[in-house]
Amino acid sequence: MTSSLLLGITTFTYLFATLCFVYIFVFKAYRVYPFAIAATIIALVIQTAGIGLRWYESYGMGIGHAPLTNMYESVVFFSWAIALIYLLMEWKFKTRILGMFALPFAFVAMAYASFSTGISKEISPLIPALQSNWLIAHVITCFVGYAAFTVAAGLGLMFLLKVSKGGTEIKDGHRPFANIPSPDQIEDLINKSMIFGFIWLTAGIITGAVWANSAWGTYWSWDPKETWSLITWFIYAITLHSRYTRGWTGKPLAWMAILGLISVIFTYYGVNFFLSGLHSYGSG
Amino acid sequence: MKHTNQVWEFFASVRLAIFTLCSLALTSIIGTVIPQNNPDSWYVETYGPAMAQFFQVLDIPDMYGSWWFLILLGLLCANLIICSIDRFPTTWRLMTIDQMAIHPDRLQSMNLRQEWSLPTPVSAGAAQFTTALAKAGWKTASREIETGTLLYAGRGAWSRLGVYVVHISILVIFIGAIIGSFLGFKGTVMLPEGESTTRIFSTTSSEPIDLGFEILCNSFSIDYYPNGMPKEYASVLTVRENGKDILKRMIEVNKPLNHKGITFYQSSYQAYKDFIVSIVIQPDKTGKVFTIPYQQEMQWPEKNIRFGIVNAEGTGDRVTRIKIWMKHGDQPASTFWVDNGKDASIPSGDKTVAVSAKQMFATGLQVAKDPGVWLVYLGCILMLIGLYVSFFVSHQRLWLLLRPDKEKAGTSILLAGASNKNQTGFARSFAKLADRLRGMQQ
Repeated sequence: MTSSLLLGITTFTYLFATLCFVYIFVFKAYRVYPFAIAATIIALVIQTAGIGLRWYESYGMGIGHAPLTNMYESVVFFSWAIALIYLLMEWKFKTRILGMFALPFAFVAMAYASFSTGISKEISPLIPALQSNWLIAHVITCFVGYAAFTVAAGLGLMFLLKVSKGGTEIKDGHRPFANIPSPDQIEDLINKSMIFGFIWLTAGIITGAVWANSAWGTYWSWDPKETWSLITWFIYAITLHSRYTRGWTGKPLAWMAILGLISVIFTYYGVNFFLSGLHSYGSG
Repeated sequence: MKHTNQVWEFFASVRLAIFTLCSLALTSIIGTVIPQNNPDSWYVETYGPAMAQFFQVLDIPDMYGSWWFLILLGLLCANLIICSIDRFPTTWRLMTIDQMAIHPDRLQSMNLRQEWSLPTPVSAGAAQFTTALAKAGWKTASREIETGTLLYAGRGAWSRLGVYVVHISILVIFIGAIIGSFLGFKGTVMLPEGESTTRIFSTTSSEPIDLGFEILCNSFSIDYYPNGMPKEYASVLTVRENGKDILKRMIEVNKPLNHKGITFYQSSYQAYKDFIVSIVIQPDKTGKVFTIPYQQEMQWPEKNIRFGIVNAEGTGDRVTRIKIWMKHGDQPASTFWVDNGKDASIPSGDKTVAVSAKQMFATGLQVAKDPGVWLVYLGCILMLIGLYVSFFVSHQRLWLLLRPDKEKAGTSILLAGASNKNQTGFARSFAKLADRLRGMQQ
């Protein structure tokens, strides 16, 4: 049993769980719901085991380090955090349908990590700059934030779908998307997950700055990755403020959640490929 | 007067905050696409002279330090300060207002409210509710009003300050950054093994900067993984003041050395084609260290030794094996291989000559002085605390109006509540609390 096999199985389990939610959505078959949740939990457990095993394997190779150090490992962790945050939200708010909008992201991330040919799955030793405990703090805080923003964008899609057809004036049960919770409820969840993500992103930027200062003596050097993380931070700061002035609730909020995720993905992924800078080791 | 008000309102507005944040987000993109701080000639070559000229005018090559970007940051600061001053009195009033001055009719119209009645008189109920609420962490107070007794319970009033903590934290970070840029410096130095310096060179202007003490590189070493990737760079540094060694420490990447507010970071290295050879003659135990260039003969006349590096093996600029030629007195000359950094013992008549050789390096150090960094860190901590408080702690208020019912034997109760954020969460805890209070007495 190897970690990449476990993580490959995880990919298909997420796909399966996603399909369960699609089934629920299409056929309004709520009795499948516990089954879908169970599949998600099983996927998360297998994935956790896979990540743990990869950590263990790195020690077996004599280059032990937490599995959070390259593109492959970060994508796996990203997917793990999406599933975890999704499950916590589902447990707390019982939307019953959010899985269809959040889990595809976890699945796509895992599919990209496991099967893309452009991504190296090798456990490689750490270059000196990465040998720091700040690495773990930085990667975890950033990706928990990114995962929360992903769930927020999933909720945004859900919101737009809900208000696109039928409108809110028709009574529940007769609407095409009656099984999606009310717009007010979704909006509240978008806001909650954005706030949650915002705090983690802030912590992620701060841990990155502290780390940079201990490695290079500069906590901020306007390198493209840093700058884009700040741009993302600005986007969410704008969204959180615009609630108070422009009354940007509802549709604009849902669009901001999606725009925010685009910026997150560019910060995370696009910068490595289109722009050059200090974070080059994150691309391999 | 009207005019000043308008200016004040503009600077205090959330609209300005949104505009400034949007501008910062959009303009920041420029510097991630156009590489920053390259030499002028580079921009001319890459973008052509006309475009390069245009860039110069707008300070694009150093856009994050340009006048217009600093103006945007200044605008953000002004906005933060003025909006905080503008809103604080209202917040303070909301925190300290007499909550029991509320009119009973207002309670009747609150979204969250429950009504029930008790068979016991008002005073008994009031006492019981007060204890229960105090136990649950609420700050309580009561007052006799015309129609009965009004109990108030509040918590988290201070959380209204959270947003100000966030705003102040951004200003604290800016102050730290300004202090760092005026009173600190960033520099580099390439220090060959065995050499010392009292000056380093500014990263931005290349001007020399006096350290005020001497820094010596005793040695430099690199470790490699089996696959050839560098595992660790390390330098042993000594700080000297007035010719006396004050401090000697090994630094690695991520483990810098700090002396008198100046920090030395291991950042790079340079491999030389020179070698450091140390020779020890046994059993005399006399020895000496030499720095010699590749394939040149060196002498130690006192001991009548001649030697040189005749060959070296390695990959890239990294030497792994060194071939030494040596002649000691009348003994026949010998040539032998040693691994980089290891030694070989050569019998020579009644003595033994121990020779070790290693490739010579210079350690590349980043040198930084930043007296503002602690303020920046303080700002970061304040920001996290402030964000947590402003998003997750709410000012929750409960009112219990106890009125004697018509027969004057029992009490009719009105419970109302309000929270300044997280309405749905508060509605749930309000319902739970109401259940508990109702269950207390039958």
